[in-house]
Amino acid sequence: MIKNLNFLKIGLLSFGFMFLYFPIFTLVFYSFNDSERVMVWTSFSFRWYSELFHNEQILEAFYTSLKVAFLSASFATLIGVMVGYSLARIKYIPFRIFFIFIGTSPLVMPEIILGLSFLLFFITTNNLIGFPSSKGFLTVLISHITFSIAFVGVIIQARLSSFDKNIEEAAQDLGAMPNKVFWKITAPVILPSIVSGWLLSFTLSLDDLVVASFTNGPGANTLPIVVFSKVRLGLSPEVNALSAIVLLVVMSAALIFYFANKKSNIQK
Amino acid sequence: MTKSFAPGMKIQSFPLMISEKLKSYKFWFVFTPYFWLVLFFFIPLALIFKISISIAEWGMPPYKDLFEFTENGFQINATLNNYIFVFSDFYYFKSYLNSLSLAFTSTLICLVIGFPIAFYVAKSSERVRNIMLIFLIIPFWTSFLLRVYAWKVLLQGNGLINSLLIKFGIIDNPLPLLHNHYAVILGVVYTYLPFMILPLYGYLVKFDLNLIDAAYDLGAKPIKAFFKVILPLSLPGIVAGSMLVFIPVVGEFVIPEMLGGSDRLYFGKMIWEEFFQNRDWPIASALAMSGILFLVVPILIFQKQYEKYNLK
Repeated sequence: MIKNLNFLKIGLLSFGFMFLYFPIFTLVFYSFNDSERVMVWTSFSFRWYSELFHNEQILEAFYTSLKVAFLSASFATLIGVMVGYSLARIKYIPFRIFFIFIGTSPLVMPEIILGLSFLLFFITTNNLIGFPSSKGFLTVLISHITFSIAFVGVIIQARLSSFDKNIEEAAQDLGAMPNKVFWKITAPVILPSIVSGWLLSFTLSLDDLVVASFTNGPGANTLPIVVFSKVRLGLSPEVNALSAIVLLVVMSAALIFYFANKKSNIQK
Repeated sequence: MTKSFAPGMKIQSFPLMISEKLKSYKFWFVFTPYFWLVLFFFIPLALIFKISISIAEWGMPPYKDLFEFTENGFQINATLNNYIFVFSDFYYFKSYLNSLSLAFTSTLICLVIGFPIAFYVAKSSERVRNIMLIFLIIPFWTSFLLRVYAWKVLLQGNGLINSLLIKFGIIDNPLPLLHNHYAVILGVVYTYLPFMILPLYGYLVKFDLNLIDAAYDLGAKPIKAFFKVILPLSLPGIVAGSMLVFIPVVGEFVIPEMLGGSDRLYFGKMIWEEFFQNRDWPIASALAMSGILFLVVPILIFQKQYEKYNLK
């Protein structure tokens, strides 16, 4: 019985991980293919990596994506923390239901509808007050901040709801001013959630294709837009090389994080 | 509950109250998101609604102003025709049904594949569990677009799967694996599986393994133990994971565009095409509004009810 269970467990787990990793590793494998045609193996080479690093369009888009992701994650985290804190801790919010609606419904809004609404909004404000003067970096940034806020908000709210409110109230009873309570008690408690909120916003922005397709303009192509235009109709060996690099970066980051975590756990 | 952070319990003069408020971080904590979200989220949504009841015309923007001052005086150019058109044309309705069925099928498949994985990962020893967790998260952080693209490479006519099948003599000619709705389901399950596994894992890891042993000791068969003990206790995780998969898939545009064919049209693509190809803003907006009405509103109601049910 126990043996059977173990067999089942190992079988299911290896099937699951195979399913998750097989397609990505196939891309990595073919990224070393010298041939122009992705699926016809000729010989091993780093050709597509070198072409990737000389592709101005991709490099520029990558730089734009990083800038947008960094800025939008930072602003979204700032505002998202406020949303989460307000929802969990502030009793009186004017039109609370409405606040909850605008604070959390971007989570369940299909991105295509969000993208459409941003685009129509920017076109209208451009007609009315001439701002933004054209679609571009700023419009992508604003739209990314807006949809990321809700994600940070729920993370912070969840953390605060599980954290005993009495500790904050005790500090206040002992004479700490509300601002001090926030900085000395609440902020340190939610710090890990702030970090994960920032990281989540960063990836959401880096990964977003649909909203950026609606709000981008000349000179503000993000990486997913460029990649999508390359692979929409066919395959691209440069994108294979890009996938391999992305996987390498993510894997190293994850492993560094894992070992750093382990070390700090041992020290504890 | 007698203590309150609100400083405004005493009766104060109005200017003092205002200046006190501006100094309080709580005021800014509510005001800043309010301002940002009303401006960049609510007004754009209201704008979609406005355009969805406008009349299409040639020009830029390609619709008539809702309120107009003409020589005949004030005029309102509102219409429900866009909605009537969207609802009466089976073409649009079918794309909505296709999206729902795609979301439903792939959520179910994600659950069936994801549950045992989440369960066994959660029940492994801590060291193994942490390593496996890292490997579950890596695909989640890897670009979504690139993961969809990977399946395009695999499923091509001369792709890896077809080549292997031909090499082993199972088939003679390549199968049309790409550009149909099975490929779309596969792509969706693949990209959204981590969204199912991670919340499930979050609930299952808190779950006391002794409960299963207790059920066995009391004479329950494994199947009964599963349905009577494991399943009810992991229900919140199942709901959370299913929502995380179901919701974005209904509006999914990229996966059908990359892996799908002309056999099925999906809701997300409909909006995209009405807007970018047909340049019919009012119809695209009416589609978006009906999407909100039939998708977002039911989900918000469900969440509310579910919270109430959970509190009981």
